[in-house]
Amino acid sequence: MQLVQAWKNNRGRINDAIDGFFFNILFGIYEFFTSCGKGCIFFYQSCLLIFRRPFRWEELVRHMEFIGNRSVIIIIMTSIFTGLALSYQIYLGFKLVNAVNLVGPTVGMGITRELGPVLTGLLVAARAGGAMAARLGTMRVSEQIDAMEVMGVDPKQFLVAPRILAAVLTVPLLCAIFDFVAMLGAHLLCINVLGLDQAIFWDKIQLWLNPGDIYQGLIKAGAFGVTFAAVCTNRGFNASGGAKGVGEATNQGVVNSMVLIIIINFFMTNFIRFFYVLNGWAK
Amino acid sequence: MGQVSAGPAPELAAVRIDDLKKSFDGKEFVLNGLNLTIPKGKLTCVIGFSGTGKSVLLKHILGLIRPTSGYIEVLGQDLWKMNLDQLIKMRTRLGVLFQYAALFDDMTGMENVIFPLKEHRRDLKPYEWEEIAGRKLVAAGLDSKHHHKLPAEMSGGMRKRVGLARALALDPEILLYDEPTTGLDPILTEVVDDLILETHRNHAGSTSIVVSHDLFAAFRISDYIVMLDKGGVLLAGTQDVFHKSENELVKKFLSKGFKQG
Repeated sequence: MQLVQAWKNNRGRINDAIDGFFFNILFGIYEFFTSCGKGCIFFYQSCLLIFRRPFRWEELVRHMEFIGNRSVIIIIMTSIFTGLALSYQIYLGFKLVNAVNLVGPTVGMGITRELGPVLTGLLVAARAGGAMAARLGTMRVSEQIDAMEVMGVDPKQFLVAPRILAAVLTVPLLCAIFDFVAMLGAHLLCINVLGLDQAIFWDKIQLWLNPGDIYQGLIKAGAFGVTFAAVCTNRGFNASGGAKGVGEATNQGVVNSMVLIIIINFFMTNFIRFFYVLNGWAK
Repeated sequence: MGQVSAGPAPELAAVRIDDLKKSFDGKEFVLNGLNLTIPKGKLTCVIGFSGTGKSVLLKHILGLIRPTSGYIEVLGQDLWKMNLDQLIKMRTRLGVLFQYAALFDDMTGMENVIFPLKEHRRDLKPYEWEEIAGRKLVAAGLDSKHHHKLPAEMSGGMRKRVGLARALALDPEILLYDEPTTGLDPILTEVVDDLILETHRNHAGSTSIVVSHDLFAAFRISDYIVMLDKGGVLLAGTQDVFHKSENELVKKFLSKGFKQG
């Protein structure tokens, strides 16, 4: 009885709280789809601007150097230890079932199909993507982007399009370096430390690993390059609210692109597998 | 709101604005039916209290913000009927000095000034770009020993000079200044005001529009003054018009402005 009375007394406030709860959920969903839509439009416009004159070759080379060349060291460092750790774990597992001859191809498939592109994408997103978002965000809040626009230069064409193109071109190359160095790490551990037979190790890799596995990884790496470049440039380009806004844009850019890379990886894996099966290329 | 229909005949106008309205949230109007004509070849100051829409007006003139409604004509052309190429071409006829200069921080002073030349004067050779940029920097009062410094290595005044040189790089027909003396000490404020005046005099036929809250400077340098209030034009005219005005707000602004000055 008391509870009913309390409800009657506070009916207005309870209704407001319920309304507020549902409103917040709806608003959150609305915000999510709005920002996704804006992001897609931003990406589409930027991609079109890649083909618009004047072509920004100088900017493209500069960003390729920044994304690619300056990421080589961290890619080498990460890939060699990934190759070492992965091959050791697989060796330990396969030793239980007496199948150590298959360590090579299993490591090869794991690296080229999954770990190579995904780790390359994540590492470059964290390093170059964060820098992109921070740079564009700073330019936005300090009116440098406005200045560029009033000088008759399309800031998306000058700042965003070359970054996206540079990421598409360089991340697959970094992925190729990752694959190569990781396999080198696996070779060093398996042959020189664990004492596996070198001829069998490479013969099995040749037998089981297809060029298609390597291409698959490179294609994925390109897609991850587009993903982080588009997300991070979008966040930075539309940053607002001074230093705090730049920090938030950088943080959101890196986190969103990392999550997206993981999600896209799953769908691309299935899509590429389906495509390979359809064409009879899959083993 | 009661608006003053301001300015000279349309053919003598550098900028013509009719019934301009702008709301960012759909409820409150920053600019509310603003009518304004800015005369060609004159130095015009747009003044007003904080939050009266001065900077928003400037961004409309530059085509950076799309109006909620209304008409904006710059150098005889409707800004929002242009396609991207036409807008880019139009913008090369405008030069802007931003509040904090907005220099590209990864480029030296010289490279900042070369940037618009590189984009729009592709017919010139690199040494010619450098020659022009050097001349503009010197004209803006920057000693040649500072030309190759990065913005981070320059003082506030030096940055403003580079910003001005960059704005002048393409010999614009309209030069806009967004709060050019904000954050500067009184001596530097006077130096920048003199620089604006000198630049305007040295570029015969060009139009200068200075957005400022500094009334003292406005009266010292301008030929024509526009005072904004509540998103519209409260009064526009020469200094005499302002001195003779019976409007209470204008009187209050004048007395306060001059006390501060």
